[in-house]
Amino acid sequence: MNSKVIEDTEILEQIQLTGDVSSMWVQADEIAQSAGAGQFVSVYCNDKTRLLPRPISICETDRAKGRIRLVYRSVGKGTAEFAAMKAGGHLRMMGPLGNGFEIRSKSALLVGGGIGIPPLVELGRVMKERGVQVTTVCGYRDSEVFLTEELTANGRFCIATEDGSLGVRGNVIDAIRQEGLDGEVIYSCGPAPMLSALKSYALERGIPCYISMEERMACGIGACLGCVCKSHDVDSHSHVCNKRVCADGPVFLSTEVEL
Amino acid sequence: MSDLKSVSLGVDLAGVHLKNPVMTASGTFGSGAEYSEFFDLGRLGAVVTKGVANVPWEGNAAPRIAETYGGMLNAVGLQNPGIDVFCERDLPFLGKFDTKIIVNVCGRTAGDYIDVVERLGDEHVDMLEINISCPNVKEGGIAFGQDAKAVEQITRDVKRHARQPVIMKLSPNVTDIGEMARAAESGGADCLSLINTLTGMQIDIKRRAFTLANRTGGLSGPAIKPVAVRMVYQVSHAVKIPVIGMGGIMCGDDAVEFLLAGASAVAVGTANFCDPLASVRTVDGIAQYLETYGFKDIHEIIGFVGD
Repeated sequence: MNSKVIEDTEILEQIQLTGDVSSMWVQADEIAQSAGAGQFVSVYCNDKTRLLPRPISICETDRAKGRIRLVYRSVGKGTAEFAAMKAGGHLRMMGPLGNGFEIRSKSALLVGGGIGIPPLVELGRVMKERGVQVTTVCGYRDSEVFLTEELTANGRFCIATEDGSLGVRGNVIDAIRQEGLDGEVIYSCGPAPMLSALKSYALERGIPCYISMEERMACGIGACLGCVCKSHDVDSHSHVCNKRVCADGPVFLSTEVEL
Repeated sequence: MSDLKSVSLGVDLAGVHLKNPVMTASGTFGSGAEYSEFFDLGRLGAVVTKGVANVPWEGNAAPRIAETYGGMLNAVGLQNPGIDVFCERDLPFLGKFDTKIIVNVCGRTAGDYIDVVERLGDEHVDMLEINISCPNVKEGGIAFGQDAKAVEQITRDVKRHARQPVIMKLSPNVTDIGEMARAAESGGADCLSLINTLTGMQIDIKRRAFTLANRTGGLSGPAIKPVAVRMVYQVSHAVKIPVIGMGGIMCGDDAVEFLLAGASAVAVGTANFCDPLASVRTVDGIAQYLETYGFKDIHEIIGFVGD
């Protein structure tokens, strides 16, 4: 179990990847030491009228330099505040949070959708280092794609776009079938309909599927029960059919949760 | 930062001595385990647990959380693992810390409350806080808290079965909170705590739908603080029993406002989400205030303003 810390981080680089997706490298010495693939940080706004920290997945970790990379979409005032900040600015963060992905196979199919794509970069990199054969497929809205170079470096990489402007026209399932993509285990992060489709696909294929969930959070550490998802069985902590996305997840085995 | 030793922060609530007047607000702090990774819970006057019922409660559907300007809405719906798990797992954990344990009790019927209160009679628990003010559950909760006769009756029922001093937690979603406070006092309450959240609603204009699955939620955070201070002032002048003030306390100075208004103790809630150390920083902030203004004892400022 790695330890959570609250850290004042400095922005080292901030770049815009698409119209609303930004990438930021921050100096976060302590968080970087223990962050694992699939974990996230809670980022506090500097504007204190915005009370709740924003949960953002860790896209890459450079442990040697004590840096982490966050790739995030501006969806509201909080993330817009982050996107407007420049190198040299400071952000307070708590992390690393959540359980992260468990790597347990010789080959893996990584599936990302939209702003669920970033954590697959670190996951694929770590897997490749450990000799896992990585195939990645990502779904984007249109040709405004991001993180493609990083994902290509981890192994075979396929794109699906809703408007067909790049790669396979359609969703990630269409791409998996059309391109014959395969792996012993599926690891995924993205919108709920995509995770639901992948859960069915994995059941049909008889392979395990890990999914990373998203939910509105308050505390980020498992205390407030604000971010629960429905679990298939009675959960050992809550003693009802609810799991905490922030503390029990965000990564779950697809069969553990109701989608 | 260590406690400033030159000022006395201890307060007594219904015969229970708290080393300082700061506790956590129910529902924002779990049973303390998650926050104990950040600081020693023994630095707090008391830990108030998340509401516990006689049996496990599922709570509401997600989304349960929405941020608002200077505040937040929640509609968790009192999800809890039930009193059995709570006694086996959470109480022994809290017992390891040098702080008072206040258990928040929720129920759908008077019988539910009594079951929990009786079960806690032999446990290492210092006080009971009876939640008759949760706006997010359909039955029980606030149904008991919006009618003076019902407040008095449930207080009397609980008191008859309780071994520990009883705090009644009041709702701000009433026409006259002074009337509810007096009703609880007549029913035999040892202490009052207020305010619980204000019922609110947020609409997501992009989806053109309610943000919360429950449609309505309880508003908390600094946005509600002036309402809370006014109600604490009103209630502390309406009853003789001690009042625990809460609602949007972010720091020591905010807590001091409640103390000056008449609260004998305070609780930090939503601020725990903005900073896991908010409650201990509030302890330090109160001590700093007393020192800055030349007070030696916290009692010198309790109810200081306008009689």
